[in-house]
Amino acid sequence: MEKQPLLEIDRLRVSFQIDGDYYAAVDDVSLTIGENEVVALVGESGCGKSALALSIMGLHPPEKTKVEGCLQFKGTNLLSLSVSELNRIRGKEIGMVFQDPLTALNPLMTVGRQIEESMDYHLRLSGAEKKKRTIRLLERVGIPEPEKVYHRYPHELSGGMRQRVVIAIAVACEPALLIADEPTTALDVTIQAQIMGLLKELQQQMKTSIILITHDLGVVAEMADRVAVMYAGEIVEWADVDTIFHRPLHPYTRSLLQSIPSAQTKKERLHVIQGIVPPLHKLPRRGCRFQPRISWIGADKHEPDPKLREVEPGHWVRCTCYQHFYFPDDQTVGGVGYGAS
Amino acid sequence: MALLNVNHLKVYYPVRGGFFRRVIDHVRAVDDVSFSLNQGETYGLVGESGCGKTTTGRTIIGLIRATAGEVLFEGTDLTKLNRRQFHAYRKDIQMIFQDPYSSLNPRKRVLDIVAEPLRNFEKLSPQEERKKVQYVLERVGLSAESIYKYPHEFSGGQRQRIGIARALTLNPKLIIADEPVSALDVSVQAQVLNFMKDIQQEYGLTYLFISHDLGIIRHMCDRIGIMYRGRLVEEGTSEDIFTNPQHIYTKRLLSAIPNADPRDRSKQAALRREVEEEYAQAYSHYFDENGRAYPLKPISPTHSVAIP
Repeated sequence: MEKQPLLEIDRLRVSFQIDGDYYAAVDDVSLTIGENEVVALVGESGCGKSALALSIMGLHPPEKTKVEGCLQFKGTNLLSLSVSELNRIRGKEIGMVFQDPLTALNPLMTVGRQIEESMDYHLRLSGAEKKKRTIRLLERVGIPEPEKVYHRYPHELSGGMRQRVVIAIAVACEPALLIADEPTTALDVTIQAQIMGLLKELQQQMKTSIILITHDLGVVAEMADRVAVMYAGEIVEWADVDTIFHRPLHPYTRSLLQSIPSAQTKKERLHVIQGIVPPLHKLPRRGCRFQPRISWIGADKHEPDPKLREVEPGHWVRCTCYQHFYFPDDQTVGGVGYGAS
Repeated sequence: MALLNVNHLKVYYPVRGGFFRRVIDHVRAVDDVSFSLNQGETYGLVGESGCGKTTTGRTIIGLIRATAGEVLFEGTDLTKLNRRQFHAYRKDIQMIFQDPYSSLNPRKRVLDIVAEPLRNFEKLSPQEERKKVQYVLERVGLSAESIYKYPHEFSGGQRQRIGIARALTLNPKLIIADEPVSALDVSVQAQVLNFMKDIQQEYGLTYLFISHDLGIIRHMCDRIGIMYRGRLVEEGTSEDIFTNPQHIYTKRLLSAIPNADPRDRSKQAALRREVEEEYAQAYSHYFDENGRAYPLKPISPTHSVAIP
């Protein structure tokens, strides 16, 4: 991991206003993303992974959001920039791929125009150059007959092709960092495999770093170099991909891996994590946030104020409860699982 | 005897055009599909969006009219029945829908949602009805007080269990589950899947499980049918399909599943390239000149493949 960090996130906290009070959806998150690296943010809905990504792009409405901490991108703190300074970076240095290609694209604009839009903003190119570059881009993201597709509208393309267009827009100015928020969730498996291949290829060719946000551990296993597992706004485990899948420590990571049905092997019962993720304004602000969901582990096993600690080089875990964690036998898991209310 | 036999089911939609908007072609949403479900088993219908799996499920339950073919439920052809005759069978076949957020009426209380099928079929006093609803709600792990709540007061997993409770009230024989967990988070998904297995044993239910997620299909299903463009291209036991896939489309689908082990990355990539190459080369071998899959041919007692 001796890579130069491209983005350094330091003690980031993103709070939203609910009934006049601010509640942190992202809390005490510190991460580094190196050059040409794929970092995956994994977690279930509401864990704060998208809120984190949107804060890097500065896309939260400022009047209802408080962003604290530091986002050091190539030596500048993104949080200290004015909107016009930020506009010079987003779209050019940082590109974003959204989940649903149908809502991410403007239905009234041709594909070519949409890709050229960000070039207009960031690069000084003549009309002919722009068109040439756009067609090359379309070709690069694997769209057949790019000259024709250039003049098409989004509704004339299939879902996979639309997502390729969204990716083309995101990489139009060859960004150093690409944020991909659930890039394959809306797609069929065979298309998903193609899009994952494409992202990997672009990352290697353009030397781009990728922040991959997903809830799908299969996608993580295929794409990521390092993985941050998030629960209730915090990073609970942060390590390279092999460690996360083969030697996970935090109870949440371990439970999550146990609860996925796999196409490779068949298990009789899936592990059920008891309880639910509490809503933002009811999150415990002190102590281990995962404690209520592993109630069979005694309260004394948790830290009063859990910190993310490096337990071995490059492997970070929050709270000490992982040292005492075990899976209860199947019977109890099934029983308590349903009783959730 | 099988509980359900689907024989040569076809659902065509006319494409109109030209002079007088005549029918010029058909969209073959379901094109000559046959399969059967035995009592107590789970049959998985798999395929990508647009392959006709949902249309098949909805045709069986009578939400869509079949163009041709038979749906034999305990020997009676449901497609030939009129509305009143069909009513009697509605009880025995229930459906669990995909999205627990849009399949529950937000303005009704849980009591009214779950009791709706009861009110259609059985004349119960309000007390009896409430007792029955509370009983099924307890079965799905929701407290008896929840009958006076509204859907928005529940989490996604709990809502899906309300949907399941509604499907269970009439003690159905067959449940058609159309992507029952794809709107849910992984941990909640595990909860609902385990639960569906439990009630299957308890009530001796038969499931037609429709999904695009092959991991879930492998976990849940005894037998599997792979659909592509309205036709079945392969059918077999879970074991047949996952360890010995024969049709090129099945192979392609299986190789596209992300592998859950980062150490197998290059192996998986190589496999995918190999299958893609085979797919490009052998495509014409597996499909006729109109791009339609061939009829299924048995290659073992449990395993059939669409090959010429």
